[in-house]
Amino acid sequence: MKSRESLPSWYELPIGGISRPNITPESKAGWRFEKPVIDNEKCIRCRLCFLYCPDAAIVESDEKYTTKTGKTYNVSYKINYYFCKGCGICAEECPVKAITMVPEV
Amino acid sequence: MTQVYKSKSLATLSSNKAVAKAVGQLDVDVIAAYPITPQTTIVEELAQMVANGEVKAQYIHVESEHSALSAVVGASIAGARTFTATSSQGLELMHEILHITSGLRLPVVMAVPTRALSAPISIWNDHSDIMNARDTGWIIYFVSSAQEAYDTVIQAYRLAEDREVLLPTIVSYDGFLLSHTYEPVVIESSEDVIEFSPKTWKGYIEEGAVAIGTLASPDYYYEFKYQQVEAMKNALRKAEIIDRDFHKKFGRKYGLVETYRTEDSEIDLLVTGSIWSSLKLAIDKARSNGLRIGGLRLRLYRPLPINEIEKILAGKEVLVVIDKAISYGLRVAGPLANEIYTNLQSPVKIKSVVAGIGQRTVTHEDLYKVILHVYKNKDSPSFTKHTLFYGVRGVELDG
Amino acid sequence: MLSLTVNIRIPRTVWDLPREDYFVGGHNLCAGCTAGTIVRNLLKVAGPNTIVVNATGCLEVSTSLFPFTSWKVPWIHIAFENAAAVASGVEAAIKVLKEKGKIDPNKKINIIAIGGDGGTFDIGLQALSGMLERGHNVLYVVYDNEAYMNTGIQRSGATPYKAWTTTTPVGTIMRGEWRDKKDIIGIALAHKVPYIATANPAFLLDMDKKFAKALQIDGPSLIHVLMACTTGWRFDPKLGIKISKLAVETAVWVNLEYNYGKLEVTTPVPKRKHVREYLKLQGRYSHLTEEEINDIQERINRKVEEINRAVGKEVIGPLA
Repeated sequence: MKSRESLPSWYELPIGGISRPNITPESKAGWRFEKPVIDNEKCIRCRLCFLYCPDAAIVESDEKYTTKTGKTYNVSYKINYYFCKGCGICAEECPVKAITMVPEV
Repeated sequence: MTQVYKSKSLATLSSNKAVAKAVGQLDVDVIAAYPITPQTTIVEELAQMVANGEVKAQYIHVESEHSALSAVVGASIAGARTFTATSSQGLELMHEILHITSGLRLPVVMAVPTRALSAPISIWNDHSDIMNARDTGWIIYFVSSAQEAYDTVIQAYRLAEDREVLLPTIVSYDGFLLSHTYEPVVIESSEDVIEFSPKTWKGYIEEGAVAIGTLASPDYYYEFKYQQVEAMKNALRKAEIIDRDFHKKFGRKYGLVETYRTEDSEIDLLVTGSIWSSLKLAIDKARSNGLRIGGLRLRLYRPLPINEIEKILAGKEVLVVIDKAISYGLRVAGPLANEIYTNLQSPVKIKSVVAGIGQRTVTHEDLYKVILHVYKNKDSPSFTKHTLFYGVRGVELDG
Repeated sequence: MLSLTVNIRIPRTVWDLPREDYFVGGHNLCAGCTAGTIVRNLLKVAGPNTIVVNATGCLEVSTSLFPFTSWKVPWIHIAFENAAAVASGVEAAIKVLKEKGKIDPNKKINIIAIGGDGGTFDIGLQALSGMLERGHNVLYVVYDNEAYMNTGIQRSGATPYKAWTTTTPVGTIMRGEWRDKKDIIGIALAHKVPYIATANPAFLLDMDKKFAKALQIDGPSLIHVLMACTTGWRFDPKLGIKISKLAVETAVWVNLEYNYGKLEVTTPVPKRKHVREYLKLQGRYSHLTEEEINDIQERINRKVEEINRAVGKEVIGPLA
């Protein structure tokens, strides 16, 4: 726990309590007791989990992926476990059940 | 018909109209105001100026005073030069936003023709509304003439937008006594006015993604509030400089505390606002009867120019502070009296007098009576312990 | 940054939404809070040239703890009841600064006011009314979790019939809220607002289309979004979207829009589910007797009749 004494002085802080988004918030990983795991084979790249996640904890990238059955996709999804709170909405809403909630605690 | 003031001119204006003229010449961007007696003629005059094309501004017809200040805060954040005006109940309704405006360090300027607070409802003048705003972190001016109202609005924008200040500012004056009475006013050229108070405020949004109005935990809140303390100190310094620069450019000087015959006085009286002219007459009468009396008019109320007051009071015996508001529940019930007493380092006796509540008339004869009473009783042991409520039926001038 | 000129396009598929997020993770909203979903999508549609004015509430408090912020657009929070008034001021300032040449007049800047049901239906109603009546070019998004959730689940004007809240609790005399939800859409209609819509995050594309349509309008618009609240409604965090969907499928919530007064139900429901399906998943309704559930169903049936009549055809069908 950072001591209050090490925080900036009044003349070092921006006036009026203005925040800027360049400061990364603390990790929310400690909120979880289970974490989502995406099965890249089952995922049909419908984009729903990416758009539903309230914490923007699913990252979409242009990473190509070819399934074992030969289907090639131009996007892939990864969970950002730094921000994921383990709410389970992604797993619940995935139309092909490609996401499973795995216990962490 | 657009009227552009190319050079100095003379006009007969009320303080309200003088304020409106100044605001128009300062190229205000957004005006949001809700009508309330005695401020209505300000917003009416501004509306006419916008309708004539004399002022290019967005005029928001808000649905309450709370929304008036809220809209002005939003506009100021977006980088606009803003103005609003209110009084009494309206000032109370927007009260929570007063603290927010100063907390966010926005250079909003607001005109407040002062008016008594309900209940009972009163449309007439006293200072109770402005006294309720004294801890809000706003810079507060008390002016005593239409010319001074015009000049102080011009100074106020420059002070508020100063990079080291960035505090919202109130220019207040007596409702009805000043807001609705007509005096000759010198109107400066629009070019000179803008040159004196250029638009330096750019808002917060121009730098992109910023979160304004964040939640500050106990780890941070105190530091932000202390920033306001320091800003007020800067404001005191800058207000004086700006007044001097104003004198250099336009030839009119006010100072932060105006004095009258205080060079050799024993007893001084301190007032704010229009009662000043009556006080000067009373002082002259007292002087002609051999009493060494002087007067002070407090022009800048927040931040309080206590150093200057102290200098003037050096060697004086008594300072009588005349308040037009009551701080209930205290033996010494005059708010100004309490503040000056607490902040003063010198051994001057402070006598608190309350007068003019709800625009109960105070003439120079009344003030002369007060002077005599003070002169007679200044050495009695309980002299400073009670406020003299002057002019209320049923309360005699005590011994 | 504010230097780009971006036009609002109505998305036709989910792939029309940009990848870029202007509302990012790391905030303190409850796990499974659908407000996160709603605002992420709103800002994907609106883009970076947006100024957000946020009323006090769950969203504001969770996303703006100094020195952090989840907003990658300028974001303003002033007080609880004045999001609409502040947005009016911002809009007026942008307008006049464009006229005076301080801002590029061709740059489209979206001004969005976001308030909760408490900050809009109740304490914020005056400011909302003023803003709508004056015709400011502001989109007002109400995220409706049907109570004052931020302060701990107290009843608001949007709390539905028979719902438990801490100030309309269930006891021997009182059985939750006894009044109906305030009709904010009717209030907006009375102000002759050009675009009014209700939306639901379970119907993403419909919601995003409405956001886009509203932002294209030059004038005020109001979008009322259902925000299923895991903490206040008492359900498992993963069910947020599912419950939102059930709300539409049981006609508890109707996705509609009033485009210059013309009504369209944008999510027709050919065969309705019984309201029991929606109620049984939420702890705030766990006290309901069979009689009370039927009472709720009757009220919904009447509402459906009214809507079908107003549209002129059966857009919401009978119980399956």
